[in-house]
Amino acid sequence: MAGTQIPPLPAGADQPDVDLLLRMSSDLRRALAKPLSERRWVMVIDLRKCVGCHACTVSCIAENKLPPGVVYRPVIEEEVGTYPHLSKTFMPRPCMQCDNPPCVPVCPVEATYKRPDGIVEVDYDACIGCRYCIAACPYNARSFDFGEFYTSDTPGGVQAYEKAPTFEYGKKRVRDHEESPIGNARKCHFCVHKLEEGMLPACTSTCIGRATFFGDANDPQSLVHELLGKPNLRTLKPEAGTKPRVYYLI
Amino acid sequence: MKAAKYILGALWAVAFVLGLIGIYQRLTNGHMLAGYGSYVVWGLWVAAYAYFVGLSAGSFLFAALANVLNLQELKPLTRPALWTSFVSIAVAMIGVVLDLGHMGRSFSLFFRPNLSSMMAWMGILYAVFGLLLVAMAWFMYKQNEGMVKALFMVGIPLAIAFPGGGGALFATLSAKPFWHTPLTPVFFVVGAFVSGFALIAALAAVLWPKRTEMMRLLGRLVTVLIAVELVLEWAEYSIPLWYGVSPERDLLMQVLAGQYWWVFWIIHIALGCVVPIALIWWRPKSAATVGTAGFLAAATFLAVRLNIVIPGQVTPELQGLENAFRDSRLTFAYAPTTHEWLVMAFLVSVAFGLLWLGFRLLPLIDSKEVQPNERAA
Repeated sequence: MAGTQIPPLPAGADQPDVDLLLRMSSDLRRALAKPLSERRWVMVIDLRKCVGCHACTVSCIAENKLPPGVVYRPVIEEEVGTYPHLSKTFMPRPCMQCDNPPCVPVCPVEATYKRPDGIVEVDYDACIGCRYCIAACPYNARSFDFGEFYTSDTPGGVQAYEKAPTFEYGKKRVRDHEESPIGNARKCHFCVHKLEEGMLPACTSTCIGRATFFGDANDPQSLVHELLGKPNLRTLKPEAGTKPRVYYLI
Repeated sequence: MKAAKYILGALWAVAFVLGLIGIYQRLTNGHMLAGYGSYVVWGLWVAAYAYFVGLSAGSFLFAALANVLNLQELKPLTRPALWTSFVSIAVAMIGVVLDLGHMGRSFSLFFRPNLSSMMAWMGILYAVFGLLLVAMAWFMYKQNEGMVKALFMVGIPLAIAFPGGGGALFATLSAKPFWHTPLTPVFFVVGAFVSGFALIAALAAVLWPKRTEMMRLLGRLVTVLIAVELVLEWAEYSIPLWYGVSPERDLLMQVLAGQYWWVFWIIHIALGCVVPIALIWWRPKSAATVGTAGFLAAATFLAVRLNIVIPGQVTPELQGLENAFRDSRLTFAYAPTTHEWLVMAFLVSVAFGLLWLGFRLLPLIDSKEVQPNERAA
């Protein structure tokens, strides 16, 4: 965990024409060299490049061992037009990690808060499971962990892979016997446990269309910094006043 | 009369046993048997919590106003109303704790409160109110009327603040347009008055059936309060619906004409408003009509709470979200499950049980208030 050596990237990973994943990995390393409060994690999703494969949804579930009813990054599909003039749009919806998050002030016990790097974190050991934060989110980006398992009614009972540990927020946990995160509000955290080990969020590294970009917006050299200057940049529900840190290119 | 008592006793026992089954299920299965999910996160138990909080505030305000305004006809009801208030707030707290994901952590609300959260404030206000009721009981026992009156004066703003704050708990969420109106907290305060006063009217009809003046006054109070409630509801529905073009239109129409239209029209409007007012008009001095009217208005008020809590959550924040990832917890449809109703049976039976025990064991009826021709129930 913390303090582990991050292996070096291949030579030339920081060149502008390199594969985007390598470039973002290189951006990430530079950000990790800075103090936490000087990093500004943002995500940019290019809706024109999203093919609707749902690989990000699935990789997120696999990475965070998400149970039934809990999803951090669904992809909303919309069909536009009527036959024969039809088109489909796909919109992944992670947590927006808002700069003015409605979920934070409502928590009665300060179990959810904004980290200095901007990620909205849930302290599973403090959360009382009142679900006020879930109700407060204008993006429905939080879920409640009911303690269910996908394989509970299969022959042989719950499969071992469902009880494999998760490392959310850098802490090893096994879902069992109403232990947290069961009974807690859960949400996307930009895979902060991976970030701190020098790895990109699961959704970003799995995106087959290279439609999801991630990095430090405080770094003028980073890919996301470049994308934040595009004229076709939008946020979801800007009227909600939440100031999202997830942007869409339309 | 004796047969009726046996029937009521048997009904209570059945409800309590069913309730215990619900509690056993809740303790062994957590939230797995409940029907709410991650999109409709609050269900029947949260509505029940809001309902019992309203009953508690309303019955306290009844006792307080009877004493502060010195309404002689209603003063005998002071102690029964205060006990009702105590029982209601206790049951509301049981309901809301059962709704938590980690019941064992509920007290962290007092150890690490986030004072920007309406929920934290509500926890604090309920605790202060509970202490106030205990203090009142103590000073009543000590026959310190000055302190009792002083606590009534302190209690009135408190008993307006906590149902109002309960409304604000919902109203402050800008993500939920159905709740996010300045009218919501006002609606909760008026609701507390209606349901609490109506419940005390029902109780009075059992305790002092022969006091026609008391019945007449209670009937008038209940009628006026229901009328105020209806005016507020008219405002709530008619303003967004008037021109037929508004973001709230579909949502409000779902309450009025959707799958659960009968909850609004039959349970709330017919049984909770029209029938009680008609009964009171028909025989304004009769304990049978005023008591039945009060009971109907108080009992059906749960429908009003349900019609605030549930419709507020049934529209997706983002269109198409329910189809993005299919799961029974990720839908915008909600109906309470049998398990949730069993737990509800527990809450209601505990409330009735505690009320009954109070009348058996505590000096709730002042012997000075019982005329020779009256017999306390």
